[in-house]
Amino acid sequence: MSAGAASAADWHRPSSLAEALAIRSRAGSAVVAIAGCTDLMVGWNAGARRLPPVLDLSALDELAAIEVGPDAVTIGAAASCARIATHPVIAARLGMLAASARQTGSVAIQNRATLGGNIMNASPAADNPPVLLAYGARVTLASVRGSRTVAYEGFHTGYKRTLAEVDELLVSVTVPFPASDASIHYRKVGTRRSQAISKVAMAAVIATTVDGAGRQVRAARFGFASVGPVPLSAPTLSAALMGERLVAVDRDRVEHALATDLSPVDDIRSTAAYRRQVAVNLVMQAIAEAG
Amino acid sequence: MVAAVGSNGSERTRGALGAPVVRKDAGAKILGEARYVDDLVYPGMLHGATVRTRSAGGTIERIEFGPGFDWSSFVVVTAADVPGINATQMIEQDQPVLAGERFRHAGEPVLLLAHPDAGLLREALAAVTLHERPNPSPVFSIDDALALRGEVCPGNVYRDYLMSRGDLATGEAAAEVVFEGRFETGAQEHVYIEPQGMIAQVDAAGVLVVEGSMQCPYYVLGTLTAVTGRDAGSVRVVHCTTGGGFGGKEEYPSHIAAHAALLSLKAGGRPVKLVYDRAEDMLATPKRHPSRTLVRIGARRDGRLAFMDIDFALDGGAYTTLSPVVLSRGVIHAPGPYACADARVRGRAVATNHPPNGAFRGFGAPQSIFAIEQAMDGLARELGITPLELRRINMLRPGDRSVPGQMIDDTTDFDAVVDQALRESDYIARRDACTAFNAASAAAGRPLRRGIGLSTFHHGAGFTGNGEVVLASEARVRADADGRVEVVASSSEMGQGNTTTLCQIVAEALGLPLERVTQARVDTHDVPDSGPTVASRTCMVVGLIVEQAARRLRAELIGKAGLPAAGADEHAFAAACARYLDGHPALEMQARYEPPANVAWDETVFEGSPYASYAWACYVAEVEVDLTTCEVALTAFTAVQEVGRVVNPVIAAGQVEGGVVQGIGFALFEKVVRDAQGAMANNRMTNYIIPTTADIPPVRVFFQEQPGGIGPAGAKGLGELPMDGPGPAIVSALNAALGTRIASVPVLPEDVMAALGTSSAKEAA
Repeated sequence: MSAGAASAADWHRPSSLAEALAIRSRAGSAVVAIAGCTDLMVGWNAGARRLPPVLDLSALDELAAIEVGPDAVTIGAAASCARIATHPVIAARLGMLAASARQTGSVAIQNRATLGGNIMNASPAADNPPVLLAYGARVTLASVRGSRTVAYEGFHTGYKRTLAEVDELLVSVTVPFPASDASIHYRKVGTRRSQAISKVAMAAVIATTVDGAGRQVRAARFGFASVGPVPLSAPTLSAALMGERLVAVDRDRVEHALATDLSPVDDIRSTAAYRRQVAVNLVMQAIAEAG
Repeated sequence: MVAAVGSNGSERTRGALGAPVVRKDAGAKILGEARYVDDLVYPGMLHGATVRTRSAGGTIERIEFGPGFDWSSFVVVTAADVPGINATQMIEQDQPVLAGERFRHAGEPVLLLAHPDAGLLREALAAVTLHERPNPSPVFSIDDALALRGEVCPGNVYRDYLMSRGDLATGEAAAEVVFEGRFETGAQEHVYIEPQGMIAQVDAAGVLVVEGSMQCPYYVLGTLTAVTGRDAGSVRVVHCTTGGGFGGKEEYPSHIAAHAALLSLKAGGRPVKLVYDRAEDMLATPKRHPSRTLVRIGARRDGRLAFMDIDFALDGGAYTTLSPVVLSRGVIHAPGPYACADARVRGRAVATNHPPNGAFRGFGAPQSIFAIEQAMDGLARELGITPLELRRINMLRPGDRSVPGQMIDDTTDFDAVVDQALRESDYIARRDACTAFNAASAAAGRPLRRGIGLSTFHHGAGFTGNGEVVLASEARVRADADGRVEVVASSSEMGQGNTTTLCQIVAEALGLPLERVTQARVDTHDVPDSGPTVASRTCMVVGLIVEQAARRLRAELIGKAGLPAAGADEHAFAAACARYLDGHPALEMQARYEPPANVAWDETVFEGSPYASYAWACYVAEVEVDLTTCEVALTAFTAVQEVGRVVNPVIAAGQVEGGVVQGIGFALFEKVVRDAQGAMANNRMTNYIIPTTADIPPVRVFFQEQPGGIGPAGAKGLGELPMDGPGPAIVSALNAALGTRIASVPVLPEDVMAALGTSSAKEAA
């Protein structure tokens, strides 16, 4: 059995962003914004109730553009994971994002799933947010009142909650290129090698300065999945590493910092202890590779 | 996956026994033309749904129907509507098809609803509330059940078996080195690709017709006649294309069939479809029995086994189901393929408040074989010899008597199987390479570790002991005037390929091309009871019966219709059929299973020859562990087995590859997580993790075809064998890689981390 279909009156599929924002402004949280619908459908199928009214954004080509600028790529919220994974500039200069898009669900899921949906669905286990946090992405929200761009770090304010107002839609994500000499590290630890939900994932961008004594951290930025109620950056760890020599970073320090930054729990997929230890191991591996 | 298929080098013609012919069911399945039960739609059909308990046993005080629905438009069935016996017809009759006041586990069916609108039905289902008074002290572990911390049934033990040979005290006195260990295996879900389902209706002649997904049509018939009070003539069970079973569709289809039938009967015979979605299927249907095994084994200094003392226990769940026979197979396989004069195996099937566990490929053997294989590794460690050396010293060879008491005959050459496995896997060189790799990796502070492990095992085919004699299976072969031949049996194709192999066997016996032979639709009003499609028995046992029936049919044509005794082609055969049918109403010959002379088994003392044929195997696994995440990657897998004559090498290799993958899941991925009421909490494909192709290395499959199976041309059973070997081989490899003593499956990365201990993992990473 599947859930009963929504009636046509409850299915809004605007053909322009302006129309979509007008509906959003009018209906607010009474409509659920959908794009690829690869996660919501699963939940609806499992539930007993009929579908809620939806705001279907899949006809908005203007939300699906990928624009390459001099310092960043701006990705429309409705761009699919498959397009992101295969985009030549993203593959060449934002390799972690190409990789995380390629590890989102299955190939069939990647053809439908969108970057905006992966963010707005606001799962702490979502595949692309850690990479966006590590790259220092910015997100652009729009409403009939206008648009605004904010740092992605801090966008998730609590479990399944974001900074977006009830009348706003996410329209794009801007991902700056990292410094050309920065090293990048991304690893998703799922329940198996493919088609898996993260138990822990980590993305890191570590920029260093080289002198006679080796590499010294100029800036280090991290993103984590599945180790807290929201996708997490690790500000304590970033601060602790600033100015440190990579060879001198000791494990206890990383562990101590992550104890502040992360709040993993036991759940159906893994344990808090495993997540905490693997997170530390992944950071140590990233530091070792950066050196 | 790549399968290298061994060949015995003989000439094989297309269609004949031994040829890699394309499966009979391949075309329809590839083209999407095969019709599964959920594809069937009848005019006026209702959809059915099931209301289940939430507590781990207790009593039902009241059933509340919520507001907002016109309940008179629904068909509602409870235990009070059962016209006959309210119990599935298995070994015991302790499991109701619908619970009345008392129930024993979460997920127990209590009430059935049917309605023409599936969407409305789904909403209504959520509006029915069972007010339960929960059992205050549910029992969820074997240890708690045996310690009587809470009582599921009197004594909490369904069966208690003792198999012994020689004198344990004598063996203990002779032992110079002893190993003792506790081993555990987890529940496992079958994950057949098609969830379970049935459609029931009463036809124009007043016959209750139930069709659906199942392995054992006559089991379903037995429950339906008991539950409805009808005789077998007024109940008809029809097999639909079935998308996998693995044992999961051995017993539970009887419940769903009874439920659909009760709804249909209450709805005046209208068709009622009751098909589970994946979540309900995983929640409600049986799992592989979790096990715990206490093993004490001892050897003389030279490595010869002196004694085995094994205490094997299975978590049967809340009702008896098939646990006694799963237990007996587990007990018989517990000593492994090793000679030991003084041995004792005690086995108990234990009652808990888990949903009942049931049949699953291997049927108790993967559990007890895991324990003995790990114990053999432990004993080798104590002796200071390799696991391979200890096995070589103690392997059963012709002239040995196994622990159950079976004489090993001279058709068995287990050493040849092990030799080939060592050769194909390059075991010795790889073992040394792993040791060197680990030393270098540790010295350089790198996180990777490698290990190789092997398992040696055998698996008895067919029903245990006198089971095949009691079943007395029957099958027929018939032909029409055009010389088209049908295999007429209740053996059910569910993806394993038995339609094709049975047709090959009959084509061979009749000297016909394979295209001339098909299997008749499995319908209890047409086909005789050839036994359940289980226990690695179909090709070997039913194959033998249909071969016999085919020979009788040929003899009949030679004797009465002038079929030339030699050199007759399909045209001569068709002409003879036409001549025969000119004077006879039908051309159909029957045969019945005749047990071989050497199989005598005394169930009361567990002694004798429990199986007519054993398949023998040696599996080798290689793993690489990343200490950063404790993830385990299988890097190589070699499966060598002796299975008697291979009837179809492609189907046989497919059975092994699939069994190995299911065994890999059992070992490394598949964990049934329970909620506080003992119900499966991760009952979704998202959270119940089966391996994908990305997790599976090339599985290299090799067959040896020593003569000696009792089946057609010497064939033995094969379907379950490959489930036994991966668990122990993989855990051996893991322990070799890490120096750990992991003793339970599944082993998830979290378990590897715990086994390594926080400090060592930190250091290594």
